[in-house]
Amino acid sequence: MMTVNSIKNGVVIDHIKAGNAMKLFKYMNLEKTEYRIAMIMNVSSNKKDKKDIIKIENGIDIEYEELVLIDPEITINIIENEKVVKKIKPQLPETVINVIECKNPRCVTSIEKYVDNIFYLSDRENKVYRCKYCDEKHTVGE
Amino acid sequence: MLKGRHLIEPMDFTVEELETIFKTADGIIENPEKYSEVCKNKLLATLFYEPSTRTRFSFESAMLRLGGKVIGFPEPNSSSVAKGESIADTIRTIACYADIAVMRHPKEGAPYIASQYSDIPVINAGDGGHQHPTQTLTDLLTIRKYKGNLKNLKIGVCGDLKFGRTVHSLIKAMSRYENTEIYMISPEELKIPDYIKEEVLIKKGVKYHEAKTIEEAAPELDILYMTRVQRERFFNEEDYIRLKDTYILNKEKIKYSKKDMIILHPLPRVNEIAYEIDDDPRACYFQQAKMGMYVRMALIANLLGVL
Repeated sequence: MMTVNSIKNGVVIDHIKAGNAMKLFKYMNLEKTEYRIAMIMNVSSNKKDKKDIIKIENGIDIEYEELVLIDPEITINIIENEKVVKKIKPQLPETVINVIECKNPRCVTSIEKYVDNIFYLSDRENKVYRCKYCDEKHTVGE
Repeated sequence: MLKGRHLIEPMDFTVEELETIFKTADGIIENPEKYSEVCKNKLLATLFYEPSTRTRFSFESAMLRLGGKVIGFPEPNSSSVAKGESIADTIRTIACYADIAVMRHPKEGAPYIASQYSDIPVINAGDGGHQHPTQTLTDLLTIRKYKGNLKNLKIGVCGDLKFGRTVHSLIKAMSRYENTEIYMISPEELKIPDYIKEEVLIKKGVKYHEAKTIEEAAPELDILYMTRVQRERFFNEEDYIRLKDTYILNKEKIKYSKKDMIILHPLPRVNEIAYEIDDDPRACYFQQAKMGMYVRMALIANLLGVL
């Protein structure tokens, strides 16, 4: 049995799909911060077969909103004095800028590099975004 | 208010705004003389990053018939684009000279970028396989003219429903009108993409049917919209040859159709409509091309605010 201590103050990103913790870690540039971080992978879970967890001590200033674009199932727990004071289930934003890159080779963003990559939410239920320029589909989590 | 607006995709305008354009078109058709000077001293720029003679002529004739003038390039090799200028810089320069711009571009979304950097109205005249909104306006004006209105209509779309952007746009546009019913006639390989069904037809509660042959749908239809099976959409020549003749319209196939059904086609046709159909009073595809010019005249005049 592996034991990871609980944190006193900070953030726990829970219910990460197994294997996605590293993606989130990189997206948040956590290697460049000085927070004390625990990344726990392939933990047994009631909801899923396996999940990952990231614990960030004192890391309450990190922007969590866009993480849902990498893993739509995550839960953010804000910890104060070793207690969960807030549970956040991030919602998919209506528009995302320069987070998703359009993969359509016919899209104008493939040649006009100065413009922002803009995706808008076209189907919240199925987590589908579309490129503002060419309507290329991007499904979150796939 | 349409003055100063861009037209990048067919749904940019509300049903009411479209009606304003169609009413202007009605006026032009009825009395073209009255409109022959409304764009005097106005300049239209045609920026064609890929050649499309038909669309360019339609826009140019529209502007000339409104009394305006035209500048532009018919293909990118003859312009600064060949030197690597960005779309943003090209449109900002053109906006210094012209009052309105029309852009055709092989890359999807190019006219949208232009509209973001432009002080003058930008009209999308086709961006790759993505959007061609003035074709949709043409289709709607033709249907409205020959069927009297845009409600309670059964429309059959036939041919390449997978890659055919005109069909996708027409379905989206017609889904906004009451009691539209869509019949989709295509081979298995060229069926309508799922997202059109899920995000347009199902979401908006539009009744739709799928058919494998023209004959099984034809007796129900008020409009039969034919499309070309384009060679360039296929990766494999054998697939193209096998499918291109599958849906050829002839007199036999519309033997049991309504007498007042209309047959439309965005043109150019290859062989998907037999020449014997041209004499049928239901064939409206050449009148449709004329409606294209009228609707572009109405669009230019409204976007310039000269009426």
